[in-house]
Amino acid sequence: MSNAATHAGTHDHDHSHDHHDHGGWTRYFTTTNHKDIGTMYLWFAFIMFFVGGSMALLLRAELFSPGLQIVQPEIFNSLTTVHALVMIFGAVMPAFVGFANWLIPMQVGAADMAFPRMNNWSFWIMIPASILLMASFFVPGGAAASGWTLYPPLVTQGGIGTDMTILAIHLLGASSIMGSINIITTILNLRAPGMTLMKMPLFCWTWLITAYLLIATMPVLAGAITMLLTDRHFGTSFFNAAGGGDPTMFMHIFWFFGHPEVYILILPAFGIVSQIIPAFARKPLFGYASMVYATAAIAILSFIVWGHHMFTVGMPAAGQLFFMYATMLIAVPTGVKIFNWISTMWRGSMTFETPMLFCIGFLCMFTLGGFSGLVLSIAAVDITLHNTYYVVAHFHYVLFPGAIWGLTAGVYFWLPKFTGKMYNETLGKWHFWISAIAFNITFFPQHFLGLAGMPRRIPDYALQFTEWNQISTVGAFLLGASQLIFLYNVVTTIRSGEKAKDKQWEAADSLEWTHLPSPAPYHTFETAPVIK
Amino acid sequence: MKKIKNSSIWAGFVALALALLGFMTPALASYDVNIPPPATPISTQIYGLHMYILWICVVIFFIVFGAMFYSIFKFRKSKGAQPDVNFHESTLIEIIWTTIPFVILLAIAIPATKTVLDMKDASNPDMTIKVTGYQWGWRYDYAAEDVGFYSNLATPWSQIGQPGETAPETKNPDYLLEVDNPLVVPVGKRVRLLVTSNDVIHGWYVPQLGVNQYGIPGFIKDVWFRADKAGTYKGQCSQICGKLHGYMPITVIVKSDADYATWLVEAKTKWGSKPAVAVAQPAEEDTSKKLGLAELKADGEKVYAANCVACHQANGKGMPPAFPPLAGSKVVLGAASQQIDVMLNGRAGTAMQSFAKLSNSELAAVITYTKNSFGNSTGVLVQAADVKAARK
Repeated sequence: MSNAATHAGTHDHDHSHDHHDHGGWTRYFTTTNHKDIGTMYLWFAFIMFFVGGSMALLLRAELFSPGLQIVQPEIFNSLTTVHALVMIFGAVMPAFVGFANWLIPMQVGAADMAFPRMNNWSFWIMIPASILLMASFFVPGGAAASGWTLYPPLVTQGGIGTDMTILAIHLLGASSIMGSINIITTILNLRAPGMTLMKMPLFCWTWLITAYLLIATMPVLAGAITMLLTDRHFGTSFFNAAGGGDPTMFMHIFWFFGHPEVYILILPAFGIVSQIIPAFARKPLFGYASMVYATAAIAILSFIVWGHHMFTVGMPAAGQLFFMYATMLIAVPTGVKIFNWISTMWRGSMTFETPMLFCIGFLCMFTLGGFSGLVLSIAAVDITLHNTYYVVAHFHYVLFPGAIWGLTAGVYFWLPKFTGKMYNETLGKWHFWISAIAFNITFFPQHFLGLAGMPRRIPDYALQFTEWNQISTVGAFLLGASQLIFLYNVVTTIRSGEKAKDKQWEAADSLEWTHLPSPAPYHTFETAPVIK
Repeated sequence: MKKIKNSSIWAGFVALALALLGFMTPALASYDVNIPPPATPISTQIYGLHMYILWICVVIFFIVFGAMFYSIFKFRKSKGAQPDVNFHESTLIEIIWTTIPFVILLAIAIPATKTVLDMKDASNPDMTIKVTGYQWGWRYDYAAEDVGFYSNLATPWSQIGQPGETAPETKNPDYLLEVDNPLVVPVGKRVRLLVTSNDVIHGWYVPQLGVNQYGIPGFIKDVWFRADKAGTYKGQCSQICGKLHGYMPITVIVKSDADYATWLVEAKTKWGSKPAVAVAQPAEEDTSKKLGLAELKADGEKVYAANCVACHQANGKGMPPAFPPLAGSKVVLGAASQQIDVMLNGRAGTAMQSFAKLSNSELAAVITYTKNSFGNSTGVLVQAADVKAARK
């Protein structure tokens, strides 16, 4: 402990004259620099994205035709479970935290994050967590196979892999909470003089709200999975009717976390898109204030809609109606956001570089995901679609073009600022068009499968579902392949990209573009800029 | 700039060609794109609601996408569009596009509320059936009748196959949707289901009947349907429930009153006088006969293939630790009474459920089979009478 403190102490003295040499190979273990940590978060997320994606391709390969071909049903169940956990906790959330680390201090004019050492810790804690999660495949009994929702009593049947998953989620949750505390404190306390809250770039706003959601819900999840752990090992009966508990209670607690979690996965993407569209429309974001209010409204509503994940547990009519109305209401602020983005484009002067293409793709596909969300919000219609492929299609429509394309757009947009080098525009466009088409081939047919009644999380299916499943699988492999173009483009940019301009995008107006060179120096805004 | 544009057009074309290729691969097949034809008043309402909302979404789609693509084509820099930087705030517009969606939602909420209220009103049923999910099948108990039976997947494993091997048999048209004993109900009657579960959460889901209800262990939830057309309606378990979640289908046969009455008589002879709990067997079963090892093993192998093979595997090696091996197992090599007890009562806290639903002679045969297969050679024979004695 004292060692670390001393080390960090010397480090503090160093940094005014020494910017890049921080003790060789240990640099990344001990770094407290927000840009280093941001980079590590982004690479970690990128790797996990490919890990989770490979699992999805295994699932799609098994579903290419009816019958069992590639994996045993219990392995299939483990793959669906871990695919979801890896993508949510390993890819999307860390990627957003990576962007937050890189961008928030620069965008509010701060020198670094508020708690640099906690920042280091919140990254490194994810490594043992992800090792636990992945290693659970190789222990007796295999990885958790209950679906990522971990419903008891099924989850109590799992082996030690389930316990490893629970501990991994605990660690990842702790990491998220630390990250959130850091982000909230940075935004509320370290803004440059004149940077009022309502002048902040929207990315900072959406992250501020997301961080509050995380702090409010992660402990709830931690509580739920701790109860699972004690039910499994210490003879408690929180979720066991035989001991006076109730499996339905787990669902209530889980989804009280789970629904805000959905917005945790999308709100920062809203922020990224809200910065990129104005930059390429060469016109300020339409309705800035209403965008902030809409984000807050979505966040608040997200706490009272969890029951729509449970319309089939047999809740009373009053419960169904309440959750149905509350869920429908979410369409209003979400609609406001879509309309504002379109109005930002309206009477603009648009060009269509890769980040903008991904944002337009985001807008189109997210709107479709919103429509299927509206359909699912109707309790009666949900009865016929609950736990079918329609739901799978719905949440992939909001999360892949939503979270993933938001992140992808962000990578292309800020890579010149992060690395000082410009990515290959041609490859970027190939990446966009192939992903856009492949995404729709993969997931659009899943709406039809769900409507026709194909349940989710099954390794094998009735013959009438064959055709759409085959199309979906073909699309999935194409989609996977298109991400390799992305990887190649990012790596070659870093190694041999052309030099980027300080202000690569002429109409980008946040501080990292207007005040800083490309690449952004190791330490920025040691003297706070003054914002007019 | 020009170079970039050309390449992007090419990228678009190639991607489009790939997309078309993707859609053309499977020729001539069933491409269902909608909810199957509804068979009850509730599922008819659900179908109508879905179409109503779908059309509203289509209209909104054209407005939103129209405005977006109009901007994309009209306001592009390459066409010399100048940004109108002052057009970025309008309270009036914000109020309009907050209010209009709200009104649309009201127009959806009103019919949706009516359907929810109808759906949740399970009062005044004509008959009641208790539905119990278990790993991995269903049990149906007719409340007013002396009828209760199990309903399991009828598709043989030889059609499903194993990873790495082709399934030896071709798949039936009803592959994975066929059961040994379907649920039978009369047409036009309000049928109330009391849904519960024996182990983990299951979902009793038949889309054409408008029913999707979790069975939750320790709780009973009610739901209802009234099928107005005779016919066969299929569904599956909707909630992940372990290894064989994909292999517990539901079949409901709706019969005319007369046909139902005939079926009920048959059902009573077949399953009647069975206690609601899963025990006992047809009254006429003769347990006095003593069979030899070869006969018991031959019968036992069939029972094993139908009930045990999915977990314990054809070679008896299981898939530890969730599904332990029977080869060399202490219980299997040990006293017959112990193994009979496990078979009749299951093992709490594991996936090993009670197989008391099997007849005494089936249990005797399968126990004998395991005791004398997979390298186990105890030479011990278990007879139907032993199992009968062990049942309380």
